[in-house]
Formats: sequence, structure tokens, C-alpha cells
Amino acid sequence: MKLSGGDLLLRALREEGVKFIFGYPGGAALHIYDSIFKQKACDHILVRHEQGATHAADGYSRATGKPGVALVTSGPGATNAITGLATAYMDSVPLIVISGQVQSHLIGTDSFQETDMIGISRPIVKHSFIVQDTKDIPKIIQEAFHIATTGRPGPVVIDIPKDKTDPTKLYEYKKPKEVSLRSYQPRVLPHPGQIKKACKNILSAERPVIYAGGGVILGNAHKELIALNKLLKAPVTNTLMGLGVYPAKDKYFMGMLGMHGTYQANMAMHNADVIIAVGARFDDRITNTPSLFAPNARIIHIDVDPASISKIINADIPIVGQVKESLNALINEIKRSKIKIDTEALESWNQQVAQWRQKHGLDHELYLQKTKSQMILPQVVVQELYHATNGNAWVTSDVGQHQMFVAQYYHFNKPRRWVNSGGLGTMGFGLPAAMGVKLAFPKDEVVCVTGEGSIQMCIQELSTCLQYNLPIKIININNEALGMVRQWQDMNYGGRHSASTYSDSLPNFVKLAESYGHIGMKVTKKAELKKTLEKAFSMKDRLVFVDVYVDPNEHVYPMLVAPNGSMKDMWIKKNVKA
Amino acid sequence: MKRIISILIENKPGALARVVGLFHQRGYNIETLNVGPVFDGSYSRMTVTTRGSENDVEQITKQINKIIDVIKVSDLTEGEHHEYEFILVKFIHNEKIQKILKKLNGKIHEKDKNAIVMSAWGTSSNIEIAIKAIGKANLLEIVRSGSIGLHEGEKVLKI
Ligand SMILES: Cc1ncc(C[n+]2csc(CCOP(=O)(O)OP(=O)(O)O)c2C)c(N)n1
Ligand SMILES: [Mg+2]
Repeated sequence: MKLSGGDLLLRALREEGVKFIFGYPGGAALHIYDSIFKQKACDHILVRHEQGATHAADGYSRATGKPGVALVTSGPGATNAITGLATAYMDSVPLIVISGQVQSHLIGTDSFQETDMIGISRPIVKHSFIVQDTKDIPKIIQEAFHIATTGRPGPVVIDIPKDKTDPTKLYEYKKPKEVSLRSYQPRVLPHPGQIKKACKNILSAERPVIYAGGGVILGNAHKELIALNKLLKAPVTNTLMGLGVYPAKDKYFMGMLGMHGTYQANMAMHNADVIIAVGARFDDRITNTPSLFAPNARIIHIDVDPASISKIINADIPIVGQVKESLNALINEIKRSKIKIDTEALESWNQQVAQWRQKHGLDHELYLQKTKSQMILPQVVVQELYHATNGNAWVTSDVGQHQMFVAQYYHFNKPRRWVNSGGLGTMGFGLPAAMGVKLAFPKDEVVCVTGEGSIQMCIQELSTCLQYNLPIKIININNEALGMVRQWQDMNYGGRHSASTYSDSLPNFVKLAESYGHIGMKVTKKAELKKTLEKAFSMKDRLVFVDVYVDPNEHVYPMLVAPNGSMKDMWIKKNVKA
Repeated sequence: MKRIISILIENKPGALARVVGLFHQRGYNIETLNVGPVFDGSYSRMTVTTRGSENDVEQITKQINKIIDVIKVSDLTEGEHHEYEFILVKFIHNEKIQKILKKLNGKIHEKDKNAIVMSAWGTSSNIEIAIKAIGKANLLEIVRSGSIGLHEGEKVLKI
């Protein structure tokens, strides 16, 4: 049977296992929408803004490991998808964005709703395709999914001129058995010589640290990471993107590192003699001043992307390879090796870490503290949330202080459970991302922890949640300000709060939630917090928006001292350096 | 330090823009750029010259390699290599310019009562010297092909 371009597309998507398309229609995409209507191959989720479509598809992807798909029209539809593409690109998320384009003969004529989507998105995609021949659509989809999901994953754009989905032009559905691209061979196995060298260094280390990032999640290698540390018993830290790859409850886990990392994690990095970096990229939010980074450490760096290695911090032992295979090779080598770990050294190293933890570690029992004031600390909201959800929720977040508090205080024991925009830091990500996660795991608890600033950037998606019955829970940590901005202004700009407050003009979030057909709850007193959260979570089939007013003066600590600081230089609380 | 990077890239729409855009995104300058299809025409060979430290060039070749359409990348300056550049010059009758170009394999292609069109080729450093020596006087137009190059000896960049 011959098919139209739109039908070819839908069939190809179904063959890739696509369940949901997050999208928003418009002229250039209407042939495709007609195919969606007729074929019923995938469920279409109508968002309220294309940014929401990309974040929802992204959230779906981060939670499942399968590519999320967004569909937008040309022009403004395409440009609205740009922030979502950049978000996915920075965190290496396999996201597929299909954009309608004006008809081929109109391209380049400034026609209605024409933008050069391929050009605009070029620096923020792993790859992009423009459909020039309708019959290539199945092959392009196949290649797009292959590219998005293999190697270092990333977003792929497919731009389809309207005439290529003309319903009156029919073609045979044909695609190759498998993808073969001479210019793209992403599967790389670690070099055995490098594995040997790494093993030798690791086993003779006295102060080793495992520094694991989002690459371990993307490479589905958390089991291997845990297995490695069964052998080593070294302290482990995770990046913001890596939280969950190593169980937070494990005694060797030090918490997150970097800008707002724990004291012990940052101190351990600074004092390490060997750093085993796995699927992490020495982001500037980690290293602080690169020239002062971990002065005595030999760096072993495992990454699938050779360009990540020695980009910022020179690797003494680079290992280019899939994380899973590399860790397995390392584990086998360690088991075979005649060198034995210096358990005594390791023990005193772990004790040192414990001392650091004791000295300036995070207080995970703030919620138990009895105080006279009824003011709620934002940290306590996260701690209560952790208990209310038994630590089992999928948690998305936005960007700001609230995001850091979740990273610090919600203990993630499984990979993928923590969904946040770490690389780009996109406010507005949390709610749509939670929709994607909820669609993927409808029976699980999905929570979006947000701030009153961020939530207003994609608030319109509350309407989508009603339409598709997505009973997520939104915890709005309301400090009546762009809290993270204000923190920087407190610390670096003499407390001049330029354009970071708006307490007189905030919406009534309870009424707002209600007007979207959901439940709204407001908490202002400490005594009400636990009860309200419990009540919210007992309403299994409703979206509940919990607006929690918190102490607006809280800052996120620790915080690396910048500029010109190293990882050992931290603000530990207001005006106090460690 | 000057670097000559050779790239084999799929002859597909937008592929060239991905390479050029990358230099800009990563904060490197392109000094010269040459590109054209080779062999069966399914792919092109690009030569890009840029300036940077060893680290810079390592990073940029890695980043170029990540472009999906790029088949192979090689930094010619890493080893011995051949490198030449071709120029076309239009100028008002002038002995000095003719002489300079003659020394660089110069050839006259057109001559009328006002102007001469000549070609010349040589290593880009010799081309640079010649361009400086020619100066502005009597010069009407000049166009450079940009460097092209190959590895010396047995080393071959090919798919
Ligand atoms: C789209 C976007 N614009 C601006 C910023 C810069 N920014 C980072 S955090 C922040 C404040 C966020 O406020 P809120 O969501 O209320 O979170 P809080 O820090 O108060 O917890 C801003 C403006 C950003 N990350 N993203
Ligand atoms: Mg706020």
C-alpha cells in the first residue's frame, strides 16, 4: 500500500516505538496532523506552548531512556521549540523535534511563517535533517533515532516542508534493514592499555574519589558503578545530573559536588590523589577555578565523547568508551590484578571524609528541629517531601534555590528519578517535564518542585494536565522572589535587589490552580506543612498545587567561593567561610 | 601557531555550514577555507587554516569529528606536509608586480592595454610575502583559494 508523507512519518515513528507525540499544530504541520488523526499510531498530547512540548518530550526521555518526540509547526512553532532543544542538548538528552516547514518552492522567499529552523537550531542539536524527498522519510526517522540515542546522545531536528507531506502524493514505505552511516560510528570500546593503567593507579591510590555524572545514567551503567565501588570502597560523589546513579543511602556516598555541593564532597575532590571521573564533564560549576582544581590528583576520565576529555581539566588517563563497557573492563582488570587496595589508607581516607561530614555536612534532620518561629525553611519542605513520598517519587524541578535544595536534601537512590535542567538551567522546565514523566509512569508519584518564579514560565501546561488527566503534585517553594538571583545580589551586590522581587504582584496560586480545574493548597505555617503534604499526596487522581510560603532570607550553602577559589574554598553559611 | 586542518565531509546540504558554524561557536577563527567534492563526489575535502595552541587544535579537531556528516579529520601541521595556495590577481600594467608573481609560478591569462590578469601559486607563507610586496598601488583585484594540503609520505587521508 502506498502512503502519503504524513502517513510514512507516523508509521516510521510507530516502528521506533513512539507512544506519545507532544505537539502543537499549525499550517505547515496540518497534513501531518491529519495523519495523526487517521492513523492513531501514537497518542498526541496537545500542549499549550511549544516550549512545553519539548520539555515534556525531554522529561519523558530522561525518565525512560527512550527518545521523546515533539511536533511543531513552522515559524513561531519552531522558534518556540528552541529553548527546549538547547535544554536537551546541554544535558545530552535524546529528543526528536519534528518541525513543519513552508512548502519547498517558498523556502527562501520570506514566506508566511518561514524561519530557517535548520540554521537557527544548528548549534544546539546533535544533528538535523531537512526532508527533500518524501520517500526518504522512513530512512530519515530511522537515522534520527539512531543518532539521537547512540554515542553521546542528543537532540535531532527533522524539518519537513509542507509539500513533502501532501496527502495526494503517495509512496511505498521503504527503509533499510539497519542504519549505516560511514561518517558516524559511535560504538567505542575502551582501550585495554588505558584500562590497565587506570587500574594500576586506582589500586595504588590512598585517597581516591569516584566522581560520577549524568553520563552514567545515559549509559545505563549505574549497576556497574555500584559494582566497582563494592571492590574499591572509595567515597563517591555525583554531579547534579548524576544524582541517583549511586544510591544516596550508601555509606560511601558524599552527596553532590560543585557550586552547591556538600562540604565533604568538595573537600574530598580537592584532597584526592586519584579522581575517577565517569560520565562527567568537569563543568565550570564543578571545578571552580580550573588551575586550582584538585592539585594532587591524577585524573582518570571515562567518557564516550572524546571531546569531553581534557577539555577543561587535563586527563592523565583518558578512557574513551561506552561507560558500561569501560566500567566492566575496569572491574575485571581490578579483579585480575595482583596489586591489592591499601585498605588501611582507604579506611583513614573514609574517616577523613566522615570528619568533614561531621564538621560542615548538611543537616538532614532540620525538619525535626523545634523552633518558636512558624516560618518554614525551604530545606524542610524538601525533607518533608522526601518523607511524604518515602523517597520513591520521580522529582522534576525548575531552576534556582529550590532546585539546589532538592539536589541536596532529597536522597535519590535510583537513576533517572531526578529530572532537572542542569546544563542550560532552564526555568519553566519542571512542569512540562513532569507531564512527560507521568505519562511514562502513570502509576508512580511524580512531583514537580518549583519556585514561584519558574512555575510562571510554563504555567499554561496546567491546562494540558487537566485535558490528559495527569495527577502530578506541584510543590511551589514560594520565597516571593527570584531567590537565587537575590542570593547573588545579597552576596555580591551589597544586597541591592535589582529586579528580583515581586511580592505585591504574585498570583493567588490556589485560585490559579482551581481555575485550571485542579486543587490548590496554601501553607504558611510550619505546623501545617506535614499535614498538607500528606493530604495532597492522598489525592491520587488529582493534580494538587501546594503553595508553600518559606523563609525568604534563606541562602543555599555550601557555596564555592568565586572568582579565584578552588574546590576547598566554600561559604558554609551566611558570611562564614570554611 | 598556524594550523592546517583537513576534513572529509559528506557532500550534503548544510554540512559545510556545520563546520564553519562550529569554529565560531567554539571561539576559533577561520583564516582560510577551501572546499570541493572529490573522488565520486559523494564527499568533499575541506582545508581550514586557523591559529591556536596544541590544546586548541586538539579540542577543535575533536569537536569537528563529532559533526555527524564529518567522515575524517586530520591536522596536517602535526607532521610533514605539502601545502600550497593559488591566487588570481588583476592589476594595472606594472613590471614590479609581474616580476613578483613570475617568481611564484606566475602565468599571464589576460592582457589588454590597461590591465593584466595573472595567476600564481606557492606556499601560503610565500603568497603572504608576495601580497605584502605587491602593495596597493596598481592592484585592482586579488583572490585567494585558501590553503590546500596533503600529508607527506605514506600517510593518506581517504575513506
Ligand atoms: C529562562 C531563565 N531565565 C533566567 C534565569 C536566571 N535565573 C536563575 S535562578 C532564577 C530565579 C528563579 O526563581 P524561582 O523560580 O522563584 O526560584 P528560587 O531561586 O526563588 O527558588 C533566575 C531568574 C534562568 N535560569 N532561566
Ligand atoms: Mg522564588
